[in-house]
Amino acid sequence: MSRRVVITGVGVVSALGANRHEFWEALVNCRPGIGPIESVPGGSVRFANGAEVKGRVDDQFDDKDGNLLDRFAMLGVVAAREAVRDAGIEFTDELRERTAIATGSAMGGQASEEVGYRELYLNKATRFHPFAIPRSMANAAASRMSIEFGITGPVFTLATACSSSNHAIGQAMWMVRNGSADLAIVGGSEAPFTLGSLKAWEAMRVVSPDTCRPFSKDRKGLILGEGAAMLVLELMDSAVARGATIYAELAGFGMSADAHHITQPSSKGAARAMAAALRDAELDVSGVGYVNAHGTGTITNDPVESEALASVFGEAMPPISSTKSLHGHALGAAGALEAAATVLALRYGILPPTANFTEADPACPVDCIANEARAIQVEAALSNSFAFGGLNAVLAFRRVP
Amino acid sequence: MPETPAPDVSVESVADRVMRVIANAQKIAPETITIDSTFEELKIDSLDGINLLFALEGEFDIDIPDDAARELRTVRSAVEGVEKLLAAKTA
Repeated sequence: MSRRVVITGVGVVSALGANRHEFWEALVNCRPGIGPIESVPGGSVRFANGAEVKGRVDDQFDDKDGNLLDRFAMLGVVAAREAVRDAGIEFTDELRERTAIATGSAMGGQASEEVGYRELYLNKATRFHPFAIPRSMANAAASRMSIEFGITGPVFTLATACSSSNHAIGQAMWMVRNGSADLAIVGGSEAPFTLGSLKAWEAMRVVSPDTCRPFSKDRKGLILGEGAAMLVLELMDSAVARGATIYAELAGFGMSADAHHITQPSSKGAARAMAAALRDAELDVSGVGYVNAHGTGTITNDPVESEALASVFGEAMPPISSTKSLHGHALGAAGALEAAATVLALRYGILPPTANFTEADPACPVDCIANEARAIQVEAALSNSFAFGGLNAVLAFRRVP
Repeated sequence: MPETPAPDVSVESVADRVMRVIANAQKIAPETITIDSTFEELKIDSLDGINLLFALEGEFDIDIPDDAARELRTVRSAVEGVEKLLAAKTA
């Protein structure tokens, strides 16, 4: 029996809206969710703009255990509820035991830690809030999901900076493929809008003073993003048997380490991860019609990624875009948001654009889908994540007609 | 290597202070740095660069904008940049 893994549920909460429909609407209409940062008082940070989730999410947690959750965990749970609902899964005890959850988050509940530190160091508090530990742990979203859905199989969280989600999604796909689980809820969430985190990113000098323009000649850096995306993975055979709507196949996963520099990317490492994902998916480069690029919009990333794409695809270079220009760089959740974008692109036959693109950069010789979506039904696509620390994780998706 | 002790900044030139900050940040001997050294020669990569800017901001109590930071490639350009920001501060 073949164990091909497909996506049957998608949930997204992002700067582009409260669910997958609003996310996709904004992507295909090229409406960026970037604007002045509202959740952190302005004036003290060198950059002013971000891609925040608008409005509250805590009002979706009315039980007392909602107090245990940092915003990053709430975002993850909200996306997971949508994905599970979308997939129409009816859990039995047996299935709950055969279901995995794998999430990614780079920062976890840092905002909750910061509140505690402020009390401790600034206000000279003598006590720390008793929920500080459960709120800040990076697995808080995964654990709450397991409790809420009653999932008793393998549940874990990975933190590999900006590759966190792709590592989590890829590992869980392999688990379903190899029989360690029959179903998986996978993705990631991040809530990076805290003063401490903004100041730390300011010091890295990679955040744009205005907006995010990946692969564009006048790009000035990344724009931080907030959000979560979750996917439901299951075996193709069981999805077909239960008559589920199939978005796409998650056909392959490839990872690599640069072993080069803690923050400078390497095109060789990125290329090896893409090649590994293609091999795992048994895909030829000519079969790939779209790449959702890592495309941070920093001076350094985009030319290096372009070089990696050229070395992998050569003459068969497919169109690419960076949807970070719309939903921002959601760090540990980036891979999940971009996996959702890629899966929806395969399902609806539209390639989402790179927003804010003004002028091609000779240093980035790629076919960047600029400012306008392209109505092209492609057969397969990659989604790239490359993390600080030189850790690369690439997902390969195939259309399921 | 032990940090070079902070000398009396009232008699130390801006250039000397910049070179002392670079020596401490890069963990290299001060005498290996000259006003004409390039960042490349001193093995200052982009990450070292932002660490150095952070140290220079602290040393001189200045705020170095991202645009200005990208121009820095040599010790001389760093000294001139710092002098410009110091002049703007006292103006």
